[in-house]
Amino acid sequence: MFYRESGDFKTSYRADQQTFPLKLDRWVVWLFIAFAFLVVPFLINDYWEKSVLLPVLVWSMAALGLNILTGYCGQVSLGTGGFMAVGAYASYKLTTAMPELNLFIVIILSGGITAMVGVLFGLPSLRIKGFYLAVATLASQFFLVWLFNKVPWFYNYSASGQITAPERTILGVIVSGPNAPPWATYLFCLTLVVILAIVARNLTRGRIGRSWMAIRDMDIAAEIIGVPPLAAKLSAFAVSSFYVGVAGAMFFMIYLGAAEPTEAFGIDKSFLVLFMIIIGGLGSIVGSFIGATFLILLPVLLKNILVGGFGWPTDLVAHLILMIIGGLIMFFLIVEPHGLTQLWRITKEKLRLWPFPH
Amino acid sequence: MDAQRTFGEPILEVKNISLAFGGVKALTDISFDILKGEVRAIIGPNGAGKSSMLNVINGFYHPQQGEIWFDGQKRQNLKPFQIAKQGIARTFQNIALFKGMSTLDNLMTGRYIHMHSNIFSQALWWGKAEREELQHRQRVEEIIDFLEIQSIRKTPVGRLPYGLQKRVELGRALAAESKLLLLDEPMAGMNLEEKEDMCRFILDANDQFDTTIALIEHDMGVVMDLSDRVVVLDYGRKLADGSPDEVRNNQAVVDAYLGVSHA
Repeated sequence: MFYRESGDFKTSYRADQQTFPLKLDRWVVWLFIAFAFLVVPFLINDYWEKSVLLPVLVWSMAALGLNILTGYCGQVSLGTGGFMAVGAYASYKLTTAMPELNLFIVIILSGGITAMVGVLFGLPSLRIKGFYLAVATLASQFFLVWLFNKVPWFYNYSASGQITAPERTILGVIVSGPNAPPWATYLFCLTLVVILAIVARNLTRGRIGRSWMAIRDMDIAAEIIGVPPLAAKLSAFAVSSFYVGVAGAMFFMIYLGAAEPTEAFGIDKSFLVLFMIIIGGLGSIVGSFIGATFLILLPVLLKNILVGGFGWPTDLVAHLILMIIGGLIMFFLIVEPHGLTQLWRITKEKLRLWPFPH
Repeated sequence: MDAQRTFGEPILEVKNISLAFGGVKALTDISFDILKGEVRAIIGPNGAGKSSMLNVINGFYHPQQGEIWFDGQKRQNLKPFQIAKQGIARTFQNIALFKGMSTLDNLMTGRYIHMHSNIFSQALWWGKAEREELQHRQRVEEIIDFLEIQSIRKTPVGRLPYGLQKRVELGRALAAESKLLLLDEPMAGMNLEEKEDMCRFILDANDQFDTTIALIEHDMGVVMDLSDRVVVLDYGRKLADGSPDEVRNNQAVVDAYLGVSHA
């Protein structure tokens, strides 16, 4: 059977409003999720976990968060790294203060704390827009990293100034710390990402998501139709920061294991996430995943080809990768500013008329 | 309109409104009322203060003097979104649609003030949120039928031609089911056929949905045909107020539009 859209009729609004209106899309997604949950854990090894799967999951989560704020609500933010740091430090403080607390709950609570911090830094968005808001969020990036370096209470007065993830178990399985098996950390992150991706989709297709998009597209008209700008913008900041905070907690607790704010949550991370959503597609849930996967896996792939395949020196390849990625970002901004999802959409539209486009 | 139409009490009363931007007086001592169920036109030459008047009614501008009574109550200084909640919807002179969203989503956004499910229910898409979504979809589909825009339901409005965008904007305002609908030049830039369609939609909306309509329009033929009463502004002052025939024969109005010879 071919992939096609015709013939898939709906007889109720409920059927028409589902996330994947096409039957084939639905099947593909379900198969993909089933594969990720049921097959991958048996094949996974340390290399795949540390350099492919976990980074993709963590950064997808961060990209989801930023996409809600920037892609859906139109508020540019350069504070992603700082908010990830809030999530990381919140999870560290929570889990060291209450070792008994389930790590899942710890991470969700860290997201909640980050949401509150996000609302605080989102307040200027009511007055300033666009580039000026980006600069204001940039301030939050530097302030938060400075704060976590400066106040010893945040890192429990440890001599190195670092935070280290303690060993925690869920249902008797270790999921954090150096002894955690790859399949457990992977499954833990995957569960979080899948659940929160579904939540993000639900939020963005409903009343609140429409209020965000209305503010993004035409804030005056949004206000005239009854959308309070304050509530819409701050709720976008809150939800977005929640996701970014969860990503930060996952990044530190599961992936890094130990972190130091300037290094792990610097401004480069804020830009990385911004590039992900631009390349993946602003205002698209799937786009967040595509963008994150693309920017995380491309260096891995290039490294494997150039170092492993051609036997080039590692340092040369590392620099080449930077240049190639920079070039690609410029290429995308010029050729397809709406990202890879738009490319897919255009392909579908072209194929719909193919081979007789006129 | 041949049959004598009768209307209820005023839904909106504007009393002695004066609005100035620094030294520029946009509106001076304007008073008029809009009765429940009527089509009220506001006309006047360019720069007469028509759009400023709508912006005052909408809450974008707060007049220095005067009172606005809506639905029998004196209105305090409210924000535009609070005024929307009270039941005033509006379209804009230059289209102000949500360009990245589909027609359907634009109309659903028009239902915003009628939807109340909380964020957690929406996050799970379960219970009240889903029920509400389906219920309002039903209502929006009625408006889509009414405006005959079924075929562009899922098209992003940024891609629609101008005439259809105007229609979608009217749809979004209708979706709000407001007590008072303000239309700022609904027919600007349209060809004859589109104008006729739009007139029909406005009259039918007034008739079927019992919407009170206040509109600004430059096409005098349209204004005289559509409206029950007309108020004429010029240089921020009220020139005339009355039925289309009265206004048409008012010497001051004729002078304002055609100019007066100073010979």
